[in-house]
Amino acid sequence: MKRISKFLSTALLSMGIMGTAQASDEPIKVGSVLSVTGAAAYLGTPELQTLQMYVDRLNEQGGVLGRQLKLFHYDDGSDAAKANGFTRRLIDDDKVDFIVGGTTTGSTMSMVPLVERAGVPFMSLAGAVVVIDPVKKWVFKASTTDRQAAERVFMDMQKRGIQKIALISETSGFGQSGKKQSEEVAGKYGITFVAQETYGPKDTDMTPQLTNIRNNPEVQAVFVFGFGQGPAILTKNYRQLGLTHPLYHAHGVGSDEFIRLAGADAEGAYALAPALMIGESLAADDPQRQVVQDYMKDYTGRFKEDVSMFGGQAHDNFFIVIDAIKKVGGTDKEKVRDAIEATRGYIGTGGEVNMSPTDHMGLAVDSLRLLQVKDGKWVEAR
Amino acid sequence: MLATFLQFVISGLTVGAVYALVALGFTLVYNASHVINFAQGEFVMLGGMLAALFIHSGTPPALAVVLAILIPALVGILMEKVAIEPIKGADTITLIIVTLGVSLIVRGIVQVALGKGTHTIPPFSGNEPIRILGATLPTQSLWVFGGTAVAVLLLWYFFSKTISGKAMLATAYNQVASQLTGINTNWVLMMSFALAAAIGAIGGVLVTPITMTSFDAGIMLGLKGFVAAVLGGMGSGPGAVVGGLLVGLIEATAAGYISSAYKDAIPFILILFILFFMPNGLLGKKATDRI
Repeated sequence: MKRISKFLSTALLSMGIMGTAQASDEPIKVGSVLSVTGAAAYLGTPELQTLQMYVDRLNEQGGVLGRQLKLFHYDDGSDAAKANGFTRRLIDDDKVDFIVGGTTTGSTMSMVPLVERAGVPFMSLAGAVVVIDPVKKWVFKASTTDRQAAERVFMDMQKRGIQKIALISETSGFGQSGKKQSEEVAGKYGITFVAQETYGPKDTDMTPQLTNIRNNPEVQAVFVFGFGQGPAILTKNYRQLGLTHPLYHAHGVGSDEFIRLAGADAEGAYALAPALMIGESLAADDPQRQVVQDYMKDYTGRFKEDVSMFGGQAHDNFFIVIDAIKKVGGTDKEKVRDAIEATRGYIGTGGEVNMSPTDHMGLAVDSLRLLQVKDGKWVEAR
Repeated sequence: MLATFLQFVISGLTVGAVYALVALGFTLVYNASHVINFAQGEFVMLGGMLAALFIHSGTPPALAVVLAILIPALVGILMEKVAIEPIKGADTITLIIVTLGVSLIVRGIVQVALGKGTHTIPPFSGNEPIRILGATLPTQSLWVFGGTAVAVLLLWYFFSKTISGKAMLATAYNQVASQLTGINTNWVLMMSFALAAAIGAIGGVLVTPITMTSFDAGIMLGLKGFVAAVLGGMGSGPGAVVGGLLVGLIEATAAGYISSAYKDAIPFILILFILFFMPNGLLGKKATDRI
């Protein structure tokens, strides 16, 4: 027994020595905490698949700076408390070089204090503006915020001379944050809310809320801040009640799934989406055309399913860090962080990213496209 | 004003009819075994998900609907055989916890096998709603009302006119005595799960064109159906129907007249009051204990 343990310890020791000798060939450790199961599973799944796909692909191509990549992934089950625990593990045990993730705003915000203390570059995939406002040293997020979405919609309403609208928000974190941001920026575009309604993310009927809106003669348009099946049911109820005001949806609705669910009732509805969702019909001179179509080919080729904006966000955030690591020539966390902050003119699936010390998101308001359903297809609204 | 009220009523009765079917499922199993089957909502989800699966894979709609009702019934039988029957003598609480476990398993399997996305099927008879007195009535709502009514009538016929139904009633009343008269109580237990599952699945198929469905749609439906069953009086068939329709109506009018933010809270507040002031529900029998 004693001899065995002695043998083992010698073996381990020699392995340890070998390990230090090869330190420069150590893999680049990619950490991620995503919501692959639970309520946010449909966001987290494409995000994880995208990360896995590009980690594999880069490794096949010989890695980054000659070093292989290794993905450390944990599924938080859409539970913010678990995200916190897993982040601790990524930082203390796995000693990752950077973290992509935090699918939801709740998860992200529970991870922020840990990455800030440990000093690890952190690319969040969450939606709410609170992630990057106020600016936090180590936290970035190259994807649209709810505030931008609200501004983009109000911009269009202003253009069409709409001033009095009804706001319907989901009672989820996404919807409530969206409601707050909408209220904050509405004044800037001369928009007032003459009716406000809410619905639950699992609600199956919004007819009562819409009946109230139909009875309000002041309403000129309806803006819905929600996500998933809710907006699709709402759109069906909307047409069944015979409402004819323009109907605007926030970002995240602009997918083919929405048209499939809402069917013919989707016709004419507006929604925000990144260029990725209309990849096939992007103009030949569109700067995003190349990156978007490449991503679509990669993703649908491997997973045989349609792309979503969430997978696209994982792509953008991941490659911003990879670019930064290449620029720095290593994984020194402080230097990589500075390089991420200095990202300029990165063209991703979500738009052009220009980071700065005061802007850790880097996307302009019009990087979100306003789409409209025409003949059962999303096209850019005019 | 009238149009608004009518709209709330239509909307409330439609969801209420589905709650009624879920509540009936609770009632059936409760009568046969005194178990509250918390997997009841999952049968509704299964019905909807399977209907969507079959219709989108090109199965003729009529066959798809039949399969979407039969398969959950088989799942119900399987559940009874594998999870309930082996521990039949156990505490009611234990059995209830087992049903919760089954619901998690069903939800998990559907999530893996059929995906996490939302699915829907086209309305049975067109998308154009009927307009009455300024309110709109989706034609699918008529299918929901009709389907629920037929299911209730069939159940009534089964229990009051057929020997099998009477055997089930007898078992609900006194299990030992029924066994002594030669009723196969295991068969009764199995039938109650099969029927409850089929009724839930009918609700799922009927309502999916309106509400859509996803692997986790059964949770809320199950809970609301439970509230309906308690409101009507646990164990009472007519109570389940009345309770379901009432919960739907209360929900819709509360969303319209008070605030949509409290819509989901209202049935659950309701259940507290029921348990405080009317523990037997509206139509439930008074519980008496023989000393």
